[in-house]
Amino acid sequence: MATHAPVTDSVVNSAPRRLVLEVLHDWVTTVDHKKIGLMYIGYALIFLVIAGFEALLMRVQLSIPNNHFVSPQVFNQLFTMHGTTMVFFVGMPVLFGFGNYLIPLMIGARDMAFPRLNAFSFWIASFGGLLLYFSYLGGSGLYGAGSAPDVGWFAYAPLTAHVFSPGHSTDYWTLAILLSGIGSIGTALNIVTTIICMRCPGMKLNRMPLLVWLYLVMSCLVFVTVSPLTAAQIMLMLDRYLGSHFFDTQAGGSAVLWMHFFWIFGHPEVYVLILPSFAFANEIIPVYSRKAIFGYPAMVAASVGIGFISLSVWAHHMFTVGMGAGANTFFTLATMIISVPTGIKIFNWLATLWGGKIHFTASMMFAVGFLFQFLIAGLTGIMLSVAPFDWQLSASYFVVAHFHYVLVGAILFILFAAFYYWYPKMTGRLLSEKLGKWHFWIFLIGFHLTFDFMHIPGLEGMPRRIYTYEADRGWMMWNMIVSSGAIFQTIGTLLFVYNMVWSFIKGPIAGPDPWDAWTLEWSTTSPPPHYNFAIIPTVESRRPLWDLKHPDDPDSHYE
Amino acid sequence: MSEVAVIPQNTKSAWVLPSRGIVGMACLIVAEAAIFLIFIVAYLYYIGKSLAGPTPHDVLDLPIFTSICLLSSSLTVHLAVSALHHGRRSLCSLWLAATVLLGSIFLAGTAHEWYQLIYRDGLTIRTNLFGTTFYSLVGLHATHVVVGLIMLSLALFFSLTGSMTSKDTGRLEVLSLYWHFVDAVWVVVFTVVYVLGR
Ligand code: HEM
Ligand SMILES: [Cu+2]
Repeated sequence: MATHAPVTDSVVNSAPRRLVLEVLHDWVTTVDHKKIGLMYIGYALIFLVIAGFEALLMRVQLSIPNNHFVSPQVFNQLFTMHGTTMVFFVGMPVLFGFGNYLIPLMIGARDMAFPRLNAFSFWIASFGGLLLYFSYLGGSGLYGAGSAPDVGWFAYAPLTAHVFSPGHSTDYWTLAILLSGIGSIGTALNIVTTIICMRCPGMKLNRMPLLVWLYLVMSCLVFVTVSPLTAAQIMLMLDRYLGSHFFDTQAGGSAVLWMHFFWIFGHPEVYVLILPSFAFANEIIPVYSRKAIFGYPAMVAASVGIGFISLSVWAHHMFTVGMGAGANTFFTLATMIISVPTGIKIFNWLATLWGGKIHFTASMMFAVGFLFQFLIAGLTGIMLSVAPFDWQLSASYFVVAHFHYVLVGAILFILFAAFYYWYPKMTGRLLSEKLGKWHFWIFLIGFHLTFDFMHIPGLEGMPRRIYTYEADRGWMMWNMIVSSGAIFQTIGTLLFVYNMVWSFIKGPIAGPDPWDAWTLEWSTTSPPPHYNFAIIPTVESRRPLWDLKHPDDPDSHYE
Repeated sequence: MSEVAVIPQNTKSAWVLPSRGIVGMACLIVAEAAIFLIFIVAYLYYIGKSLAGPTPHDVLDLPIFTSICLLSSSLTVHLAVSALHHGRRSLCSLWLAATVLLGSIFLAGTAHEWYQLIYRDGLTIRTNLFGTTFYSLVGLHATHVVVGLIMLSLALFFSLTGSMTSKDTGRLEVLSLYWHFVDAVWVVVFTVVYVLGR
């Protein structure tokens, strides 16, 4: 290909080494979207390891009955910190990180619309993460009770009231989420503005890469989901500090109102996490199938549709509250309807693969894993959306298995795919394919050991959030298998970390366009210069690099 | 670098995109509206659910005059923007000053109302659900008024020192959007708190 680099790129022998302090100063004061994106990703990876470790401790505790590896108090803190960290300080930042890095490059812009707001959002969100973990030191406050928050990731009232959660641990939780929320809203605002106002000439809305479209929908969703959570956290703080009664049942307040507010955030939030995952799939699957994406307009319409429908399903998390037949029926139907646009997406990805010349790189293998596992996760979701079925299984390990199937089987898998795909762009070096395939297979085995078998104790009635169980329940073998899967997943993840570090130093030089891809980020050097594009590009179709490589047969003739 | 693909340039047709400030502010307004919505839902949900007095009917008076002041400040800020747009800077300063004045009257009205409620009627945020939802919703709005007033005063200051010229119309317009939003929220809060809730 014309655009391939000879292996002489100058990533290795650049200018003389700078002082550590200078480098640090550079990163701390930067407003460059690429550096901020990388900081988001790095920060999320650190928290991924921390929260993964917490999960490991919980699995050790649950692997055999009547275990006393950790105390019940510590167990409560572990699942609270694990869930909170994974959603707010791993999921959100890693997705925002990729968005920050890729969106300006993909739409031919030199930076985000508001670079300083971008830096602000990152630092405030990361401060939130530090605050959450600082609770281990400062959380007991003056009362000497508890340290880390232990109210669960959805922190139902009245558990969060002062009487039941003395000390400051819950305050750390609230503040951490409040700060992370401010950061998320700031970044989402920045993403929307960038996409609307910074596109290069010719980049009409219907020519934007699908990744950009999905981030647009996701960011709009952030405004209407994270804001309610912010509001609810403000109320909780008023309750705890000023003695107001929003969620205080003694004074006539309502604990159910908190559930509504939380899930008005909580359900769309899971879509905030899954939409960027769709975004990665939309870029990765076509490139390795050597075909343009099938059904671009349908994909856009389905994404927007998912965005809207996801706002009307929150109470499927509350069937067991007793909302009455009308509400139950409505939320069952609304939840089922969301599988229609989701199905459209799955079929479009399959149609993209169909007849393609598929390259099974490590990245593509993870993407295919994503496809199948997301399908299964969606199916257990539909099962849970049926109110009477949910009455049996709510708050059981079946639910835990359902959402981990999405969060790990779909989101984490496609994230790994995204790392293998864009790491060369970000660092200038390819990740090792061999290690990548080992990583894939080991992680796949671990994932299925853990999360396939987690459904079964759930069906047998094992509730979530118990710190141990009696031997005669028949859950022992399943829990053993589930815990053993965690070992495989840990090994897989360590391989991945090793791969990233090793390839950063020794990996083969990637060149600007190692995958022969089509979107604008591949037209820059790897890593891109800080100004991205010396000349702002002009595009004529959805695949500008294809047009460039095939001037005789450009896409613009067909779109 | 030579190996990098060069994307062809094309300057045939003009390529105009919306202004960043306006879009950014629109996003902020959507997010803020969602925050207010949750507080309003809580207010509506708790109407009449207080276990003890005082009730809204006993203690709330309609703040008609201050509401009129706040709403008319939307007009004055609009006039300030259009004055700046036409390069009439002293007129712009005048309208900005009027806006700040009207906003401050509104804020003083709220302060007076709260003073009365607390010291005459003994209603605080701890008293009952009415106190809880009333102070938080009206307080959230008042916080936005304070932020708006600070920004408007800054604009007034720059306008008086002459460092704000018609080039900056776009920026003042973004600020005026925020101020219109604060006013619009007041219409809703007024309806909910003083009409429906009383
Ligand atoms: C077709 C799609 C889906 C359907 C129909 C669906 C349905 C459901 C239902 C009914 C529940 C409530 C179970 C209960 O608590 O009793 C639930 C829980 C959950 N789902 Fe899904 N879901 C779907 C997709 C997703 C996706 C894409 C994600 C994440 C990205 C996700 C994450 C979660 C989480 C985190 C919970 C549990 C929260 C908790 O209780 O802690 N789901 N889902
Ligand atoms: Cu849900």
